[in-house]
Amino acid sequence: MKRRNFLKACIIGGATISLGKTNKGWAAGSFEGYPEAMGVLVDTTRCIGCRSCEAACNKEQKLPEPETNFQDKRVFEEERRPDAKAYTVVNEFEKKEPGGPVYRKVQCNHCNEPACLTSCFVNAYTKTKEGAVIYNSKVCVGCRNCMIACPFNIPGYSYDSVTNPVVKKCILCYDTRLKVGKPPACVDICPQEALTFGHRADLIKLAHERIRENPDRYYDHVYGEKELGGTSWLYLSRTSFDKIGFDTTLGNEPIISNVKEFLGMVPMVLSIWPALFSGIHLLSKGKQDDHGEHTETKQEDH
Amino acid sequence: MPSYKPLIFGALFLSISASLPMAASCMSAPDTITLNANGKLFKPFAFNHAKHIQDIKECSDCHHHTTGTLVQNPKCVKCHANSSPTAVVSCKGCHSSNPFSPEALAEKRAEKQRFHLDKMGLKGAMHQNCIGCHTKQAAGPTGCQDCHERSQAGDAFYNSDKAPAHLSHKEH
Repeated sequence: MKRRNFLKACIIGGATISLGKTNKGWAAGSFEGYPEAMGVLVDTTRCIGCRSCEAACNKEQKLPEPETNFQDKRVFEEERRPDAKAYTVVNEFEKKEPGGPVYRKVQCNHCNEPACLTSCFVNAYTKTKEGAVIYNSKVCVGCRNCMIACPFNIPGYSYDSVTNPVVKKCILCYDTRLKVGKPPACVDICPQEALTFGHRADLIKLAHERIRENPDRYYDHVYGEKELGGTSWLYLSRTSFDKIGFDTTLGNEPIISNVKEFLGMVPMVLSIWPALFSGIHLLSKGKQDDHGEHTETKQEDH
Repeated sequence: MPSYKPLIFGALFLSISASLPMAASCMSAPDTITLNANGKLFKPFAFNHAKHIQDIKECSDCHHHTTGTLVQNPKCVKCHANSSPTAVVSCKGCHSSNPFSPEALAEKRAEKQRFHLDKMGLKGAMHQNCIGCHTKQAAGPTGCQDCHERSQAGDAFYNSDKAPAHLSHKEH
């Protein structure tokens, strides 16, 4: 390689990198979710903690039999989280408060920009146009990166499977219901209509309308509208969300924004660095013939 | 005071004619209504309508603006100040038993001017009305099986053969 060509390559490469850095809008371009995505609005002020959604999920997803029956209210004594045997659980909060108790259903929130999907290196996860975050357990290698990545601690792991342990979580009943336009099983069974199924965009309007119509009943926030770039599951509450088990410190930036810029640079680094270092190598070999240009090259390198 | 007579008669006539539709609708109101008729997990049961009429007296407490005294709620009055009783007063007349079907969602999207976009489905409306009032009045049943007995399919659905948590905890 001629010295002149190497310098040219350095300048072009440097310009590309700096362009990538300054053009932040492109690097962290946000995806607001599919326009036709569906969602569920959870009105925690309506939930009576009957656990019918848990039972419906268990049957619909053909999950193993529960340890105790689904009317048992003693499970509320501890705060539970979803796992491989139960994709959704209901927890009780504000037990001794005047407006309480408050029940909150937990399941995968089906993020617009899912961290699990970002973290999965075998591409097992898919965000469907209907809004569901589904996964292909056939390609899952069980690395559990998604379990670490998920800001809501949702994916469970079938630890008891010796031969083929895989990650398991709520898929919004995609295979059996959502795909054909039906609401998920939990929504269908809910006696109180604490769960409202619809287009995500409509549900956001509906949620704000409920707050506006009943300002005394609701805390003025729709959890999931903006959190981490937005989720398909949205929540309404009587009290501030941190009191009923929500993480209110997550911010509105999707998880992928933390790594998007860096990951965007990786291909550039991969294409430029070989040229750069082979150039340096050639030059260092060449300097034996031409000592006079050594200092100049060094300056250019900086 | 002969000049007052037409007024008194007029007022009397008005009050009678005003109460007629209500009286008529209340007279035709059923004493019992079979609810959850198509229930699979819980059995159908007879709702004692007559007892509720006797206890509550005000039809519009449950039936909103469709029958009984006109609504007082300032929010509803804006439109329903003069709403005359409607022909259909049953819950299922307005509240759909399938509120989240693709057709229902498409209809909601198409009718942008409709005010009551957030109208509850039949199941939600009934449970919220019943449990809501029973809780508020601290009277009347609030548990699932207090109203409707679970069917065999329901027992299987809720895995009711499984021991409650406190017993299984002891086993561990």
